[in-house]
Amino acid sequence: MIHDLIAKLASIAIMMFARALTAARAIWHETGLPPRQSIYFANHSSHGDFVLIWAVLPPWLRARARPVAGAEYWLKSKLSTFIGRDVFDAVLIERDPAARTQDPVELMATVLGDGASLIVFPEGTRNQTEARLLPFKSGLYHLACKRPDVALVPVWINNLNRVMPKGEFVPIPLICTVTFGEPMHLKAQEAKDEFIARAEAALLLLAPPTTEDDA
Amino acid sequence: MSTTALDMLKLLLGVGGILVIASSTGYLLKQKLSPDGSNGAIENLNARIKAWWAMVFLIAIAFVAGRVGVLVLFAFCSFAALREFITLINTRRGDHWAIAAAFFVVLPINYFLLWAEQYGIYSIFVPVYAFLLMPIIAVLRGDPRDFLLRISEVQWALMICVFCASHVPALLTLQIPGYEGRNVLLIAFLVIVVQSSDVLQYVWGKLFGRTKIAPTLSPSKTVEGFVGGVASATLLGASLWWITPFTPVQAALMSFVITMMGFFGGLVMSAIKRDRGVKDWGHLIEGHGGLIDRLDSVVFSAPIFFHLTRYWWSLT
Repeated sequence: MIHDLIAKLASIAIMMFARALTAARAIWHETGLPPRQSIYFANHSSHGDFVLIWAVLPPWLRARARPVAGAEYWLKSKLSTFIGRDVFDAVLIERDPAARTQDPVELMATVLGDGASLIVFPEGTRNQTEARLLPFKSGLYHLACKRPDVALVPVWINNLNRVMPKGEFVPIPLICTVTFGEPMHLKAQEAKDEFIARAEAALLLLAPPTTEDDA
Repeated sequence: MSTTALDMLKLLLGVGGILVIASSTGYLLKQKLSPDGSNGAIENLNARIKAWWAMVFLIAIAFVAGRVGVLVLFAFCSFAALREFITLINTRRGDHWAIAAAFFVVLPINYFLLWAEQYGIYSIFVPVYAFLLMPIIAVLRGDPRDFLLRISEVQWALMICVFCASHVPALLTLQIPGYEGRNVLLIAFLVIVVQSSDVLQYVWGKLFGRTKIAPTLSPSKTVEGFVGGVASATLLGASLWWITPFTPVQAALMSFVITMMGFFGGLVMSAIKRDRGVKDWGHLIEGHGGLIDRLDSVVFSAPIFFHLTRYWWSLT
């Protein structure tokens, strides 16, 4: 009970901190808000990525949105376990195929079966390269095969990598935007590579045009 | 009730009355011309009027809370403005510490010095200390690419968003004989003249605007709007002489300087927006864009108004 209350308060505090730092603002697709149950797939450049998505979602969509994160990272210490499992209610997947005891896609499908939405980062790891997007892992495709009825919503998070680049420990305040794209579905008989290419393109479509200053 | 509080109440009632009229007009216009919310200009007007209510409310609370309230309000304005500014400039990884220092060291110290009434060090803190120390922090990261450009932009951001903006609450530190305890009214005078000048330029421009005054910088500004707005805001300022230490003629001259600085400050900030390819600095205030979009003219007029008043009227 008290544990839940602390977790709730912590999530509110983290969200308020993210808002104060980034004044995060959602840019919705012209078709309106995403469907009630969605798989949000986003670019990944910072640990704060999903907090920002959370912060801009309206409460009724936020309440059911659960981030998917690496178990080995979040179960490292007591504090990170508390934050990952209790505060963020993350779906913790085991990323190492050799050592894992549960198939990540199965787990995600089960969570979807409970009516939750998922926030996934199909690049698999934080992008610290000059490229705008790393090639997607195939998990998104397998998930889409399992639940072709759930909409996949591309989400581009802009500027958060400048707020706290890798290796810095003090974040700087900068305005961030979170752009939601048109919900998409796996087409009948769509091949894996085809689908992944389509998902990558849908996400890149939301990225602001590159300038030579991007570095 | 003290005369200051009484004058403040009169001002609030006056501003509140004008906003009531504005809101009613906006409502009637909406009913008549845009019942389904499809007329962009009217929706924008109503969003602006709503934001005005919020701004007046915030300023009123700050005034009631006194000196600390005003300082906290403007420290937050500086923070939000700096955040908008830094978002738009060229920064590289090597600027991370310098920018963090700008937000978390320079800004708090600047406002702390005002709170402590250390005018001497306050007045050179950003122009001298930050000016010299920030590039040193940046150079320690060893990235020379676009160095002059990067450090200039960060210093400019600090000067505009922190140093110049803080000259509004700095008005509280002036010591004007016969005007003791009334300094908060100087802030009210400045803010009312600047903001009404912005609004009146907009209104005159919408009604009579024909000739663009600076088409390459700001397509919405017109000669008619500029002349009408400056003239009527100057008259309005003159009519507020009773809340200032000035005579009516002095109040008119001050208002004229304030409105001119405000106008040209707006042009300067427009030029920056144009160059960066954006229409607004941000989205903080619905209908107005970012905070800097509303604050640009205040930022340019506040230091000049402060120093003119300090030079001729203040003992400090």
